[in-house]
This record gives sequence, C-alpha cells and structure tokens, in this order.
Amino acid sequence: MSSILKGTAASSGIAIAKAYRLVEPDLSFEQTVVDNPGQEIERFQQAMSVSRSELEAIRDRAKVELGEDKAAIFEAHLLVLSDPELVSPIEDKIKQDSVNAEAALKETADMFVMMFEQMDNEYMKERAADIRDVTKRVLAHLLGVKVLNPSMISEEVIVIADDLTPSDTAQLNREFVKGFTTNIGGRTSHSAIMARSMEIPAVVGTKEATVEIQNGDLVIVDGLNGEVHINPTEEIVERYNHESSKFADQKAEWAKLVDEESVSKDGHHVELAANIGTPADLEGVRNNGGEGIGLYRTEFLYMGRNELPTEEEQFESYKAVLEGMSGKPVVVRTLDIGGDKELPYLNLPHEMNPFLGFRAIRLCLEEQDLFKVQLRALLRASVYGNLKIMFPMISNLTEFRNAKAILLEVKEELLQEGIKVSENIEIGIMVEIPSTAVLADQFAKEVDFFSIGTNDLIQYTMAADRMNERVSYLYQPYNPSILRLIKMVIDASHKEGKWTGMCGEMAGDEIAIPILLGLGLDEFSMSATSILPARAQLKNLSKQDMEALAEEVLNLSTNEEVISVVKNTIKM
Amino acid sequence: MAQKQFTVKAETGIHARPATLLVQTASKFDSDVQLEYKGKKVNLKSIMGVMSLGVGKDADIIIHADGSDEQEALTSLEETLHSEGLA
Repeated sequence: MSSILKGTAASSGIAIAKAYRLVEPDLSFEQTVVDNPGQEIERFQQAMSVSRSELEAIRDRAKVELGEDKAAIFEAHLLVLSDPELVSPIEDKIKQDSVNAEAALKETADMFVMMFEQMDNEYMKERAADIRDVTKRVLAHLLGVKVLNPSMISEEVIVIADDLTPSDTAQLNREFVKGFTTNIGGRTSHSAIMARSMEIPAVVGTKEATVEIQNGDLVIVDGLNGEVHINPTEEIVERYNHESSKFADQKAEWAKLVDEESVSKDGHHVELAANIGTPADLEGVRNNGGEGIGLYRTEFLYMGRNELPTEEEQFESYKAVLEGMSGKPVVVRTLDIGGDKELPYLNLPHEMNPFLGFRAIRLCLEEQDLFKVQLRALLRASVYGNLKIMFPMISNLTEFRNAKAILLEVKEELLQEGIKVSENIEIGIMVEIPSTAVLADQFAKEVDFFSIGTNDLIQYTMAADRMNERVSYLYQPYNPSILRLIKMVIDASHKEGKWTGMCGEMAGDEIAIPILLGLGLDEFSMSATSILPARAQLKNLSKQDMEALAEEVLNLSTNEEVISVVKNTIKM
Repeated sequence: MAQKQFTVKAETGIHARPATLLVQTASKFDSDVQLEYKGKKVNLKSIMGVMSLGVGKDADIIIHADGSDEQEALTSLEETLHSEGLA
C-alpha cells in the first residue's frame, strides 16, 4: 500500500529506487562471568585493534571520496577508540568484576553517551553519536557479528537507516546509492551534511523509516519537499519521474549557461558577479560562471585569529583572487568590522547599539595604521588584475573624501618606494545608509561606482535590527520605500556616467531581479550558486517590459503588493 | 609537577578540531597531563574527558603535567594552544 513519511529535506533532488535497509545487526549479548579476566582483556584488545585498522581504512577511503575535511570525523573516531578514559575503565571492569568484555564496553560507553546527550549544546549532543558508532563496531567484532558493509551494494538503491553514521556514509558506493532516508537527524547532523557534499537527495528525521520500509520496497525520496513515498501508486511515480527530470533538466539547463553572457530577452547586458570571503571560494565562482567578484569580504582575513594579518598575508590573498579572476572585475570591500562581526584582539569597548556604532569605515578612519596596511596590500596587488576598491558604511561625503585621501597618500608612498600600482583602480562606496542613498546625486560626482548593500540598507531604512527576530517582519526588501532609494542611487550614478551594483541578498532574489533589471542595475552580485538560475531568469525577461513593471511597483504602497504584482507580471 | 594557566580566546572554546589536536599533543608525552576547568580535572589525553568539560570562550584553564617530560609537555601544549588561536 502506498504511504508517505514526512521529514526534514536535508539534500535536494529526487531519487526513485528500491529500498536497501541499512539496519543494525543484532548486537545483543548476555552479561557473563569470565574465568580468566586476563584472556578477556586480550580478546577486548584484539577487537579494538581490528576496529582500529578498519576505521583507518574507512578514513583513507573517505579522504579520497569525500575530502580531507570529512575524513576528519574518522580521525576523531580513532581518537575515541584509543581514549584512555574509555579503555582503562573497561579493562578495570573486566579485571575487577570478571565480566565479559561486551558488558564492560557497553556499560562504560553508555555512560559517556548519556553524559554527552545531556549536555546543553547541539554539537556535544551529536558527539554522542560518534561514541555510539565506535562502540558498535567494537561490539560487533567481540560478538563475531558481521558489520554491515554498504560498500558492497551493486544495484541502484535508496538506503533506509535509523541514522547514517559517518562510517556508514563513507562506505556508501556513490554509483549505486541514489538517495537515503533516516529515522533521526536534522539539517546539521552528519548524515545531512554528508548527503549534501555527495550531492544525493536525502530526507532525515522521518521517525519511522526503518519501521515502515522493507527491503525491496519502491521508495521515492523527495529531497525538495522532505517527503518519502513508500510503494507509491503509478500516478505518483509518474509525477515524480516528471519532477525528477524537470529538476535534472533545470540543473543541466543552468549548467549550459556557465560560459554565456548575462543578457535579457531584448539584448540588454548586465554583469552577474559573486560574493566571496576567501580565495578558496573562487572555484565555485568559476564553476558557476561568475563574470566578476562583486563583493570580496576582506574581514575573513582578520577573523578567527589572534592578531591583525600582516601586509604580506593580505597581499597574497588579494593577489590570488585578482589572478584567479584573470582580468575580470574584482570589487574588494575594505575592512567591515564591528556590528555583528567582532575582532576580539582589537579590544573594542562593548556598545549598546553596535550596528549604529563604531564600525567599518568609522573604525578605519580612526585606526589609520590598520587601514593603511590593508590599502598598501591592495594597491600592491592591483597590478595582478582588475581591482576596484570600495569603502563600507559611508554616511556622508567627508568620510569618502577622507578615505580616498588616505588611499592616495598610501599610493604615493608606494610609488616613491618604486612599487608599481595599477593606474585604473575604480574607487567606490557601499550604499547601505539612507543618508547616502538620498544624497547619491552628490556622491555620484566623486565616486566611480556604487554598490548597494541591501541587508543593511533595509535595516537602517526600516529601523529594524536584523538580529532581532521579533522585528524580522520589518525586513521588507520590496517595500516601495526601499525600491525608491535603490532607484535614486542607480539614476544618480547613470547621470554621471557611473555604474551601480548590488551585493546584498536581494541581488539574487527571483522577485527582486525583474524590478532591478527594470531599474537599470548594472551589476548583480550574489552567492555563486545563485548565478546560473539568475542568468536563466534574465534570459526570459525583457528589459523594456521590466522598466514598465518597475515604474508600476514604485507607485504601490506595501511590500506585499509589490510581490503580488511581480508574480502576476512574470507568471511565477 | 608543572602547571600553567591560560585564558581561552577562541570564539567556539575548545571543541572538535582544537580538542583533537590538544589530545594528540598530550598523548605524545609520558607525563600525566591534566586539564583543569572550574575546579574539575580531566585527563588531557582523553578526547572525551576534554570535550566533557565544555570549555567555552573566556574560560580560565590550567594545564598540569607531572612526570619525566612534564616541561616539554607543557611547552608543546602551549604552542598548540597558540598556533590554534585557542589562547
């Protein structure tokens, strides 16, 4: 009979195949008294050593198939396996109580599992699974029970499990495992993370997948909606076959656009760029056809460490990004720290309103030594590509003039030292404070470009702290007030022959894109994975029609009205 | 017996990778190595012991080493704490 289980969509896509139950072997045993505890300890050590070599093999396989990061989990497992606090109580128990190794192991491990599960910390709770995983393996070896070996699967299957432990997932043969579903887990559990990195659909936390699903049942894993269909009717299978091929087609369709230009139906070209945090993000940008970097957040260079990065370190990163983009534009935002982003080693006093406080350019203009190091590194790197520099949190023209003056001063110093600096570096600003948007016509005479930071522009315009959930309903990107500010900025830049980009969430949003195209936005910068869908959407929009749409929504009165008009116009 | 006090600076405290590295470092030495936090001491050669302390940011911790290579152990652990940005 056909039935449905609901769970958490952990990894997108749709998979249809026969069920393969990856269900625990029977590890039950009886506690017994042993005659020779010494021998029993040896038997225990034997099982530990077999488990260790098995885990090492799994780790090595994981390194190749899943990468160094993911294999680190097994490194942690190996550490648990040789943990003296786990091993010696077990051996003591065997010696003192003359119990069998199975009982001593189970009792000791359970105690640790319980301890971690009771911790008031999601991360620690999930570590309990690591201990359970290791214990099961040793127990199986003690009992002479065969540990399930999913790497032997040789036909297309959907794996059904209570939880997929990291070692289970590492052994899954990607050629045949089309998807999986588990009883427990959430979006951040190992199983979910693994599924996403393996790019196979998964639904976790279905509660009773292993109860409801038998080996050989036909199963559909809908990783888009978090549903699992068991023995579906032909009608449902057909629907999903259709959905699945639609999803695959869509991905393939998007992939074709990698090397294409971003052009509207009526031939208007815009630039689709990516937001990045580190040089490591460049691969994603290339794979998704980014036409440039619209926002390089340099604060990651400063975070997660104990002191300021040196000029040399910064230079290497900037150079890597500029070279990696081979001449395509790279907009680097100077240090934007403060607000929700702290740098403990700067020892800045705690503020009541950090978002309205001493942050970003305000800090850099005060701490000029710190600012100059970054500017030196940037200017030195400028000869390796197409660098554009932008200052964050500009609220008035004096700030921009001061920042630019420091930049020119640093440039002069470098030239005097005989260091080459590119002659064509555009200097722009982030527009994220309403005062700057309102005065954009004056700014446009002096800056080379604008980049609208919508997350902050919205929070400052609506006076709604974006970290405060109780006012999160005021995050209204399509509110005509926001759209009018955006229009003012774009129009002001064009009037002076300059350009405007956008690097907030909004730039990759399918409701915002039609409006922004109509308003004449020149550059859209978003997370790399949004670029291809955005390019596909643009191809179907006519700039001329979107101009009319933009005109219409600017004269509406609420966020909701705008959404509904856009949806109706472009038939979403 | 050698000991030294540190203040944890890392935003996430001591967990996951840093904990692994500390345990791996401590395990290289013959001395008994213990980690003390809030008056509770655990074996620093035990990953589960270390994680069970739940050491967070700004925590004051003391590392004790006792044995033939206690000084080397302490120095080596201090290096790990610094290189991982923990303290």
